[in-house]
Amino acid sequence: MSKVITSPVYVCADNIDTDQIIPAQYLTLVPTIPEEYEKLGSYALIGLPDALYPERFVQEGQTQTQYKIVIAGRNFGCGSSREHAPIALGAAGVEAVVAESFARIFFRNCVATGELYPYDSNERLCDLVKTGDIATLDFEQDTLTVHGKTYSLKPLGEVRPVIDAGGIFNYARQTGMIASK
Amino acid sequence: MTLTEKILARASGKAHVEPGANVWVNVDVLMTHDVCGPGTIGVFKREFGKDAKVWDPRKVVIIPDHYIFTADSMSNRNVDILREFVREQGLPYFYDVIDDPNGHWQFDASRGQTKAQYGSRYTGVCHTTLPWKGHTRPGEILFGTDSHTCMAGAFNQFATGIGNTDAGFILGTGKLLIKVPETMRFFLEGAMQPGVMAKDVILHVIGDIGFDGATYRAMQWEGPGVYAMNMDDRMTIANMAIEAGGKNAMFPCDQKTLDYVRERTAENGTREDFEPVELDADQKFIYDKVFDLSKLEPTVACHPDPGQRRLAKEMSSVQLDRAYIGSCTGGKTSDFLAFAQVVKGRSVKIDTFGVPATTKVVRELKETQWDGQSVWNILESAGVRMTENASCAACLGGPVDTFGRLNKPMKCISATNRNFPGRMGNKESEVYLASPYTVAASALTGRVTDPREFVS
Repeated sequence: MSKVITSPVYVCADNIDTDQIIPAQYLTLVPTIPEEYEKLGSYALIGLPDALYPERFVQEGQTQTQYKIVIAGRNFGCGSSREHAPIALGAAGVEAVVAESFARIFFRNCVATGELYPYDSNERLCDLVKTGDIATLDFEQDTLTVHGKTYSLKPLGEVRPVIDAGGIFNYARQTGMIASK
Repeated sequence: MTLTEKILARASGKAHVEPGANVWVNVDVLMTHDVCGPGTIGVFKREFGKDAKVWDPRKVVIIPDHYIFTADSMSNRNVDILREFVREQGLPYFYDVIDDPNGHWQFDASRGQTKAQYGSRYTGVCHTTLPWKGHTRPGEILFGTDSHTCMAGAFNQFATGIGNTDAGFILGTGKLLIKVPETMRFFLEGAMQPGVMAKDVILHVIGDIGFDGATYRAMQWEGPGVYAMNMDDRMTIANMAIEAGGKNAMFPCDQKTLDYVRERTAENGTREDFEPVELDADQKFIYDKVFDLSKLEPTVACHPDPGQRRLAKEMSSVQLDRAYIGSCTGGKTSDFLAFAQVVKGRSVKIDTFGVPATTKVVRELKETQWDGQSVWNILESAGVRMTENASCAACLGGPVDTFGRLNKPMKCISATNRNFPGRMGNKESEVYLASPYTVAASALTGRVTDPREFVS
């Protein structure tokens, strides 16, 4: 993973639950089967109501999004324990979600899978930026820069090395908690 | 220590734990189902090898329940993936849809949605099956690949939902690293008024603390109001801890708990030894509040999240298109009996769907007679579309041919547990969460209705 990324952002509000991230009808896809993993990416955030989110996150017929950074309000990822949620975002090419707060299981699944970095923001960024704005996320400094203004993000602390390693299994092997393959 | 801290301390071999500490706990039961099981198995095989064996076959429980009665071929395939894994690993606790261990599951849509299409071992919704089949025991640790796993907190068990990767880790090691949550205490006093149910209690509390008011926290229930409740009511409350963001729910263990658990472990031949955790005099809470149950009124959580609390009596102007009773939270026998009490001898005014949580609920509703008529018949006579195919069904939408699914924008009042946009299907729909009484009364009038008009 590069230490700094620049990308257009996709902005959503509070309580984006797992049904909006990946609607239940697509849970028949099994994430460990590679072609189904890719398909999950094509459905990322397709459950957002069209009236509130006229801009599609992943264009029809595509599997990748142009938005590598998602900005959200409170309680991102609430609802189900489905790991398909962080996986759909990761499979679509998202590298980080910057939210005012996260629901517990979603946050944990981001860490366990290593799919993406769930950053807590200090400000309510979803009111300050809009979809399509270009932002730069610095993973070394834990900052997000947009419109020439730099916002500090809360450091990920003890879960950071787990995501850096690519998830809980890689981390557990690196640190000797479980035997190497 | 709080009840949650005591269980986590014991499971991690420590005398004492503090909130915020990360501890490795030994897992007593891992539960998975058809939606997350195939991915969990995939992670297990990828990480531990294709010939790997699970850490303890008697501690793994596999319950197909989500997308069962659908012609969707991927859903049918996922049940077959579970069966193949069970056969390969020799797992004793698999509540399969079909009886043939070498067979393939295929739903026959031509036989319709309402007549039973399952074999003798099939049970239905996982969270309701676990206690029925003797897999919930006080003082133990249960992880499940489903957010409503917290329902087993009703049994004085630490129970919480996890993802596939964590579940795959447990399959291989029997352990998981978790953070000890802070505990919030909800102290219940007084008695519920007629027309008020356990569902109203939890909807009231979530409205009080907010949809994320318990994030990362344990919700511990205490007080005389708790001891007065039966196990079904405690399950309804524990089930929805996650709708306030809670990590788990936790109830003290009393004689009702012990009787319930001992009867079912004996009946099913599951492990009978367990050690409940008792309340300490010295507990530290991050939140502690007394609720007077006698003051509660029928409560509704409005679209678009479970924290949008209003009283049913203030919502009579809200017109509805559909009513739904079912799910782990609201599909128990006691829920259907409450519903039937309201609709008996009357007719529903809007499309109304009933999906029992388990096959046992189906049986009990057919066997229970009121004035010479089965409750099942009473419900059908009132116009409720009942299915014998117990499952999660439309609670979480599912494939488009799912029984009761909202396939176009509509307003639905539901005895289920979650109402974010799109939860029951169409993403422009609105779902209102309420008790079985309130859903039944609303089904009769076609608008949100306080059930005290019908229940005395």
